[in-house]
Parts: sequence; structure tokens; C-alpha cells
Amino acid sequence: MVEFIAATGRAGLNRVAAFGRAAIFLMQSLVARPAPLHMLPLLLRQIYVVGVQSLIIIIVSGLFIGMVLGLQGYTILVAYGSEQAVGQMVALSLVRELAPVVTALLFAGRAGSALTAEIGLMKATEQLASLEMIGVDPLRRIVAPRFWAGFLCLPILSAVFALVGVYGGALVGVEWLGIYEGSFWANMQNSVDFFDDVLNGCIKAVVFGFVVTWIAVYQGYDSVPTSEGISQATTRTVVYASLAVLGLDFVLTALMFGDL
Amino acid sequence: MTQLDDIIIDIRGLTFYRGERAIFRDVDIQVPRGKITAIMGPSGTGKTTLLKLIGGQLKPDSGEILLDGQNVPNLGRRALFRIRERMGMLFQSGALFTDMSVYENVAFPLRVHTRLPEEMVRDLVLMKLQAVGLRGARDLMPSELSGGMARRVALARAIALDPDVLMYDEPFTGQDPIAMGVLVNLIKRLNEATGHTSIIVSHDIQETMGIADRIYILADGGVIAQGSPEQLMAENSPQVKQFIDGLPDGPVPFHFPADDYQSDLMLGLNNG
Ligand SMILES: Nc1ncnc2c1ncn2[C@@H]1O[C@H](COP(=O)(O)OP(=O)(O)O)[C@@H](O)[C@H]1O
Ligand SMILES: [Mg+2]
Repeated sequence: MVEFIAATGRAGLNRVAAFGRAAIFLMQSLVARPAPLHMLPLLLRQIYVVGVQSLIIIIVSGLFIGMVLGLQGYTILVAYGSEQAVGQMVALSLVRELAPVVTALLFAGRAGSALTAEIGLMKATEQLASLEMIGVDPLRRIVAPRFWAGFLCLPILSAVFALVGVYGGALVGVEWLGIYEGSFWANMQNSVDFFDDVLNGCIKAVVFGFVVTWIAVYQGYDSVPTSEGISQATTRTVVYASLAVLGLDFVLTALMFGDL
Repeated sequence: MTQLDDIIIDIRGLTFYRGERAIFRDVDIQVPRGKITAIMGPSGTGKTTLLKLIGGQLKPDSGEILLDGQNVPNLGRRALFRIRERMGMLFQSGALFTDMSVYENVAFPLRVHTRLPEEMVRDLVLMKLQAVGLRGARDLMPSELSGGMARRVALARAIALDPDVLMYDEPFTGQDPIAMGVLVNLIKRLNEATGHTSIIVSHDIQETMGIADRIYILADGGVIAQGSPEQLMAENSPQVKQFIDGLPDGPVPFHFPADDYQSDLMLGLNNG
């Protein structure tokens, strides 16, 4: 019994220590004096790798989810004769919840895992150590541009997801199921509030972008530099990032909409 | 002894722990200037660790690592940055930056440490690549190089800033005999041509003995033998003999500690 308590305590302490290390790691990467001119090409390249290359999966997923929402919304709402509200339902679910959350989950799987594997491999092949010996801080050169790229790209990807999703909903609702186009869009415009919905959705996306990218770069940097260690770190990135996104989503939703 | 030599790196009382385990216990090593010094020893004795300590990537628990009188572990960030301009390091895996071409890899230290105009960078890079025989490979990516070529490119990168000290971590490991011969000659030739100090970590005894001026053999957290290749060949201590002659068993055991073999086998019979 005592052993069990001791083991739990030790595991807890280890977690707290790991979290502390991750926080220090992040501070060192970001607080490091920026060298904007050197940094810009590196950042642009990472935005391409992390953001632009994730566009396809985000667009396709957004389209399908929007279409499913349109279909499901229609079958539920038509029973009450209020199928014109499909537009409102699609837009609100996307903007408030699905766009930031699903984008963050997809982003963790597509870009986050790649970031972890890439940094882990650089560590295993001593590229990070080489940088240090040449006199370049790998936190600044490798980690910082990747972190900023992820942090900037996720909100944009989330916005793309929402736009494509709304389009998918309209495709199913208006084009296929024949909801009157005017009321579909008018209902949507009337019900979606810029501050309550769009801005809160953006805040979620920004928070998720921060957390997912942080987890991804830290897991890569902290990985055991062997093939097994890198594969474990990659798995951890996807698992931790997904759990963090879902957990934070609840917390943020409670804070934003809890008092309605 | 060669105590009167001009010493460039003077390591005194070096102690370094990994967790509970002492990798080095009160180790003294002197590296003479302009010569080739070899650090040898079985895997896992801390040879790579020693190079990282000299490069300031790790900090010792105690002891001094003096490079021309400057104590590397005590240097601040900027001073460390500056002293690393004087050190080149060739990592075991080559460690080329996989997202840059051969040319950009060799140019990288020049771009970081100097503000030379592009034409000058280009000339320097081509000179270094010429020295390792790979000027024609400048546009290849690291993934397109053979193991031996990758190591030569890494060597070109390591000498890009004309360092005073060049450290090689197991440069011969995993090389075919021809690539190995090329590397051995290259290391020797570069050392003679530029007059820098070389530190070679290796367990390829023949090759290393052939070019080293001075050898340290590490084992069990300390130096078990040192001297010129001739001195070590004449050494009689069984530990050193085992290492130099490549005998599988001796004071350094072949077997990892285990239960008695016979009874271990019997155990399977009894349980089955
Ligand atoms: N990052 C690390 N964390 C913990 N232990 C390490 C680490 N790197 C090396 N070691 C341990 O330190 C010892 C010396 O390693 P190393 O210097 O790589 O040996 P060598 O290069 O002589 O083969 C090994 O036993 C190794 O397990
Ligand atoms: Mg080693």
C-alpha cells in the first residue's frame, strides 16, 4: 500500500517535472533573441510544410463534415418543418466546435507527428549536436520556426475548414435536398454572431495551435534518439495532442458559453 | 615521455557522471598541438562523451578542460560560441543537414560565423570540397551520397572554418576498405597540410595506430594506457594487450555477467 502511494507520488512528480522541462524548453525556444532576417526564410518554408501541405486533408475533411452536418440536420429539422434552420445549425456547429477541434486533431496527426519524427531524426543523426558544435542554437534554428509555423497555420486551417464545411452543408441542403436558398443563408447570417461565435472559435483555434505544436516539437526534441524512441515519441504526440485538444475544448467551451 | 610538448588541450581531474554511473573518474589527458592524438577503448567507455565535453556540449561534474588556457566548462554562451569556431567536429553518423545540398552544408559554418561575400564563400566551399575530392558532388543532396562520401563531406564542413582542433568520432566505422583507406590518408594529409590538431576516437586499431602520434586507451572510467604507438605495442599489461591484439576474452570479459552456464541450461530442462 505504502509502495503504491509512493509509486503514484513518484509518477506524479515525474509528470510535473516533465511539464516543467517542456515549459522551460518552450521559453528558451521563443525567448531566444530573434534574428528576423535569418528567421523569415526558415519560417516561410515551415509554413509551407506544416500549413500548405495540410490544406488538402483539411479541405476534404471540411467538405465531408459539412455535408454530413447538412444531411443530419435536415433529417432532424424536417420533422419540425424547420429545415430552413439547417444553415444556422451547420454554421454554428462548425464555427464554434468542429472546425477548431477537428482541424486540431487532423493537424496533430498530419503535421504534428511529422514535426516530432523530423526533429527526433535530426537528434538521432546528430544534426542537432552538429548545429551546436557549429555554434548555432538548435532551439532557435530548428524548433522556433516550426513552432511559429504551427501556431500561425492552425487558426488559418481552421477557418478554411469552416468555410469549406459551410459550403458542403449548402451543397447538400440547398442543391440536393432543395432547401430554399434565401432562407438557408439568411438564417445563417442572422444567427452567427461575430464575437460570440467567430471570435470564440478563433480563440479555440489559437489555443489548440499553441498546444499541439508545443507538444509536437517538444516530443521530438525530448525523444530517445533511436528508431524505437522516435516511433514512441510520434505516437505520444498524436495521443497527448488529441487528448489535450479535447480536454481544452471542454474547458474553453465552459468558459465561453457556460453562462448562456 | 613527451611532457615537454606544446599542449593545446589539457584535461585535468575530469570527472563526469551519467546518473549514478561514473563515465570518467579523475582523468588527465594532454593533447599535443599539431599532432594526431587517438582516443581508443571499448564501446560505451565514453569516447563520444569525451569529445562532447571538450566541445562544451556537456559539462563535467568536476575538473578542468583547458583549450589554450581557457577552461571550456566555465565559458558563457558567447565565449563558447567563439571558441567553437576553433573546433571542428566530425560526428559518428556524419550528421549532414539532410535538407541542404552538399554545397550548402559546407557553406553553413561560413555563413554562421563570417560575413564573407558570396563569391568568397563559394571559393572556400569549392576548396574544401576539392580537398576531400568531392568538388563534383556539390549539388547532390546528402541522401544521394554513399557512406564514405557523406563522411568526406562532413569532413569538408568540419574544416570549413580552418579550425585549430579537429575531432573525429569513429571516422572509420562502417566504411568499406577502400573508403577507409581514403579517409585514413585524408586525415593524415589534412593534418600535415594545415597543421591543425586532430583527435581521433576509434576502435580500428590498425588504421589508428598507423597515423596517430599519441594514443590514450580508456576503460572503466580512466586511462589505462598512453603513449606513442610503439610504446603501446611494447606494453605488457594484459588489459592493453587484449585490446591491441583484439583478443575476445581477457581482463575485459567477453561475457556479460550471468549465472552459471550449465545450471542455466539445466533450469530449462527442469522446468520443461
Ligand atoms: N544521452 C545519454 N543519456 C544517458 N546515458 C548516456 C547518454 N549518452 C551516452 N550515455 C552512456 O554513456 C556511456 C558512454 O557513451 P559514449 O560516450 O557514447 O561511449 P563510446 O562513444 O565510447 O562508445 C554509455 O554507457 C552510454 O550508455
Ligand atoms: Mg561513440
